[in-house]
Amino acid sequence: MDKKINVIINGVVFETKPGKTILDAARDAGINIPTLCFHKDLCVAGNCRVCVVEVVGQNRLAASCATPCNENIEVLTNTLKVRTARKHIIELLLSEHNADCTRCYKNGNCELQELAAEYKIMSEDLIPLAPYKNYTIDMFSPSIIKDDSRCIRCQRCVRTCAELQGVNALSVAYKGDKMKISTFFEKSMNDVVCTNCGQCVNHCPTGALIEKNYIEEVWEAIADPEKHVVVQTAPAVRVGLGEELGFAPGMRVTGKMVAALKNLGFDSVLDTDFTADLTIMEEGTELLTRLKKVLVDKDDNYKLPMCTSCSPGWVKYIEHMYPEMLENLSTCKSPQQMFGSLAKTYYAKARKLDPEKVVSVSIMPCTAKKFEADRPEMHDSGYRDVDLVLTTRELAIMIKQAGIDFMKLPDVKHDRLMGDSSGAGVIFGATGGVMEAALRTAYELVTGREVPFENLNIKSVRGIEGVKEATIKIEKPLDNWSFLDGVELKCAVAHGLVNAKKVMEAVKNNEADYHFIEIMACPGGCLGGGGQPIPTNPEIRERRAQAIYEEDAGLSVRKSHENPEVIKIYNDYLKEPLGERSHHLLHTNYTRRERY
Amino acid sequence: MTQTSELINALADKHGRNRENLLSVLQGVVRQEHYLSESTMVEIAREMDLPAAEVYGTATFYSFLEYKKMGQYVIRICKTITCSMKGKNQILLTIEDMLKIGVGETTPDRKFTVLQTNCLGWCHKAPAMLINDEVYTELTPEKVREILSEYLKK
Amino acid sequence: MAKEYNLKRADFIFRNENDWENILSRTLDKDSRELINELISSELKGRGGAGFPTGLKWKLTSEAEVAQKYVICNADEGEPGTFKDREILMKVPFKVLTAMAICGYITGATKGFIYLRGEYKFLQPDLQKVIDEFAYYCKEIGFDFSIEIFMGSGAYICGEETALMESMEGFRGEPRNKPPFPTNKGYMGMPTVINNVETLAHTYTIFKHGAKKFYDLGVQFSRGTKLFSVSGDTPKPGIYELELGMSLSDFVDEFGDGDTKAVQVGGASGFLVPRKRFGETSIGYKGKLTGISLPTGGSMMLFNSTRSMFNVLDNYLEFFREESCGQCTPCRVGCQQLHMGIKAVKQGQKPAVYLDKLLKLTETMQYTAKCGLGQSVANSFSSIVENFREEMIY
Repeated sequence: MDKKINVIINGVVFETKPGKTILDAARDAGINIPTLCFHKDLCVAGNCRVCVVEVVGQNRLAASCATPCNENIEVLTNTLKVRTARKHIIELLLSEHNADCTRCYKNGNCELQELAAEYKIMSEDLIPLAPYKNYTIDMFSPSIIKDDSRCIRCQRCVRTCAELQGVNALSVAYKGDKMKISTFFEKSMNDVVCTNCGQCVNHCPTGALIEKNYIEEVWEAIADPEKHVVVQTAPAVRVGLGEELGFAPGMRVTGKMVAALKNLGFDSVLDTDFTADLTIMEEGTELLTRLKKVLVDKDDNYKLPMCTSCSPGWVKYIEHMYPEMLENLSTCKSPQQMFGSLAKTYYAKARKLDPEKVVSVSIMPCTAKKFEADRPEMHDSGYRDVDLVLTTRELAIMIKQAGIDFMKLPDVKHDRLMGDSSGAGVIFGATGGVMEAALRTAYELVTGREVPFENLNIKSVRGIEGVKEATIKIEKPLDNWSFLDGVELKCAVAHGLVNAKKVMEAVKNNEADYHFIEIMACPGGCLGGGGQPIPTNPEIRERRAQAIYEEDAGLSVRKSHENPEVIKIYNDYLKEPLGERSHHLLHTNYTRRERY
Repeated sequence: MTQTSELINALADKHGRNRENLLSVLQGVVRQEHYLSESTMVEIAREMDLPAAEVYGTATFYSFLEYKKMGQYVIRICKTITCSMKGKNQILLTIEDMLKIGVGETTPDRKFTVLQTNCLGWCHKAPAMLINDEVYTELTPEKVREILSEYLKK
Repeated sequence: MAKEYNLKRADFIFRNENDWENILSRTLDKDSRELINELISSELKGRGGAGFPTGLKWKLTSEAEVAQKYVICNADEGEPGTFKDREILMKVPFKVLTAMAICGYITGATKGFIYLRGEYKFLQPDLQKVIDEFAYYCKEIGFDFSIEIFMGSGAYICGEETALMESMEGFRGEPRNKPPFPTNKGYMGMPTVINNVETLAHTYTIFKHGAKKFYDLGVQFSRGTKLFSVSGDTPKPGIYELELGMSLSDFVDEFGDGDTKAVQVGGASGFLVPRKRFGETSIGYKGKLTGISLPTGGSMMLFNSTRSMFNVLDNYLEFFREESCGQCTPCRVGCQQLHMGIKAVKQGQKPAVYLDKLLKLTETMQYTAKCGLGQSVANSFSSIVENFREEMIY
């Protein structure tokens, strides 16, 4: 198990474990080897060849990411031969690439550009191939732009879409000089099984896959004196944004984020966490209703297990892959869309605003949210419920454009009315968080007692495991819920669509008897979303998750049903969960889509 | 079921529905229909429980798995070194002249498609061409005219 | 012929004595370790071009302790200028099948495949009949080994052994990272022996006549005979079985048209040898103390003085840029750059010294490409550009 082997890198002996690659060993030893196709989330491809090193005794260079260490292997990472080869490879990549960096969205945040800068590729020796390539740009998706001219064919996106998400919207097509990353028959990303999760965007080293950005539209809205611009901030944004603005991963910047948004000129800075709490009220009630209808009334119109519907990537995935199971999906809108329909109704009314003049902006860790806001059914307020969706990255760009010294900002609180949140709302940003929040509320609704976990922390649904299961036995319920006495509520949590598939297959094949399933499309949940800062990798996701749970632990209100603003909105406006107004504003329906 | 889906179903029954059977199924369809259309690939993906993009990506890798509509007879003229040296261009001109189409095109009656291909392995009998699976070697313009005349009669 | 040729013709491969049943049952009676040692002592090296010692390959696979192993016959003969494997499969297919079965016996594999290139589809029906007959015999003698044909679909790169396995598994034919090697993790992740058609045919000779007979042919490090596919400017194109180690000048004396300017040894991925080097070049694996030894999969293309070496290189590079699988940078982009680069020089858009930049680039391709295709583009490129530079320039 703990066998160690020696490797000699640049003349110095280091210990490593058998099975580690040269790249692993070198990085452990603090020696940097450049990479492009390598990503910690993905299997090794070994196709860019930038990471080549010299292995003493071999004429050919070895791709360090794909070469395992042998005992006493002697590696040289910085010889003339290695440097020349790397330089050539970078030159080759640049020659095939639209290297018009100043006109690229990823300018300044591009791994190819960084390498070119590091290796000082100045010559224009090689023939630019891009003009011969008939490259196309696909801009039809509301979430993602695919620009083939920026692609270096590292296949990270293909591996991401297959290994992390099991969606396979992207594939490698053709061969030789025509080889490219393509969808089925080169259709638009908008016309294939793409879930818009944006993991490909997050994993792309260059500007070949980027989010469709709406920064200018937001600036315009802010500048328009006629418009009242409200902004909502999703739970995971506050634990990611700092990374783009000088902080280490895992820093909570909630207060600074609010200050920055106010600085940018938003009229009101509100919180998606509030509607996350509201989602719990609706979804928790929906779950209990379904349990009653199925278990007691034996009503076939209601289906179990009930699956969460907060993650628009997941929603589109199930619409494509399991259209026959759409009735298992909770009818609750996601917190973003609940917020949207309330912003132009409840909020506008309370603030005496003309809803037509309200521009509703959301800051999301997610690219699929752009698609979600664009869905035709999301107009329940009588207007487009959410007008503009920005990712965490886009917000960071705006903050930089505004010249704000983010690190020196004071901590400011969200505005009131729809800006208060409980810890339960916060943890929506992490895998297992919706489940935990729902259980905190539902258990208490049913039994009148708090969930039987220390400090309300339901640890079994937290963590990086792809599929997690939890069972809670309901004992001594209140009279209304007596039918649940002794019922073991079986829950499953999955993140990353490849794991969602595992759970859904089990359900489909009657191999699992869950009551409630939480699914988030992205690895780690929203904190690892496709709209979060690049890079995102396992360590960074873990730091962000820690930050989320710290935020939860630090709040005085930790249960959705105790959020004073939630209590207020039911008293003043919605009356009751699943009530008529809720049904109209907070619930939705789904579309069957083709799998192919 | 359409004719194509029946064919795909039969091929999958014969070869299997695992990933390693994909090439055989694709080849079987091309044998019958000369190319793989969009709907055919969707059908294959469904039948074999594979992502459509994967089927597309795999098919487009192989020169003989055409994804554009082909004629009944696909003429592939070898363009690699020895055939080039031994008069491939004259052969090509002869064919283009007879069929009134260029490389990559299909005759309006969908009978012939003319393509160029890489080494067919008949360098000692160059120039060579394939018409579907049939090989013709040591071609001369006269010989090609004779061969094509036969096909035109079919 | 007055002059005594150093060129020794042989006739093992295509000599068909219809004795395969006898050879098969006789060999299956022997101890498998003994057979491996026999094969190792013959010093047979892979005849596809790479030249890996065949005995060692079988030995490594036999040592793996797993339930399922495979034997694959690589009949994806795609190298420009080679066509010998097809002839073997047409004329003496039983030798190949027998060799596969013996390999199965030695390594513990019970399943064999012949990966037949799509261009040879017309061979399939006849070959299938032979396989059926062979299967019948195996059943009769109670030997558990089955052989299946797997058809390729037009991709040169699938001749690369790991690309071939990817293709058989239903994927794009993209070469894998090595290690692991097929002897360890091959088809379906199982230990696999993969041999060229001709290599297998030679093992038949060895099992029939003994290793010594084979070893005594050829020269040191290059034992035995080899099939040569002769094409280009020659009065007698065709397939010839010759002992390894001959000098290229003897070869040209025999096969040239009297005006041979250069010979491409080993196909587009091999080396071009100009006339002035015929004398010092011998055909075989590295190891001779003096002169140049060129290994080859058997492709010998002759060019006479009417041929433009620019056109030849242009043709090769077009071939490579189309047939590269496209996954690794040096090969995918490198081939495009070389192809466009020589054209730019020829047309005067780039200076002659640009050829030196390209030569450096081919070195990088050789050092860094993922598989043999990208690594060997440098061979023909540098040997043509260095020897016929004047033909490359505007």
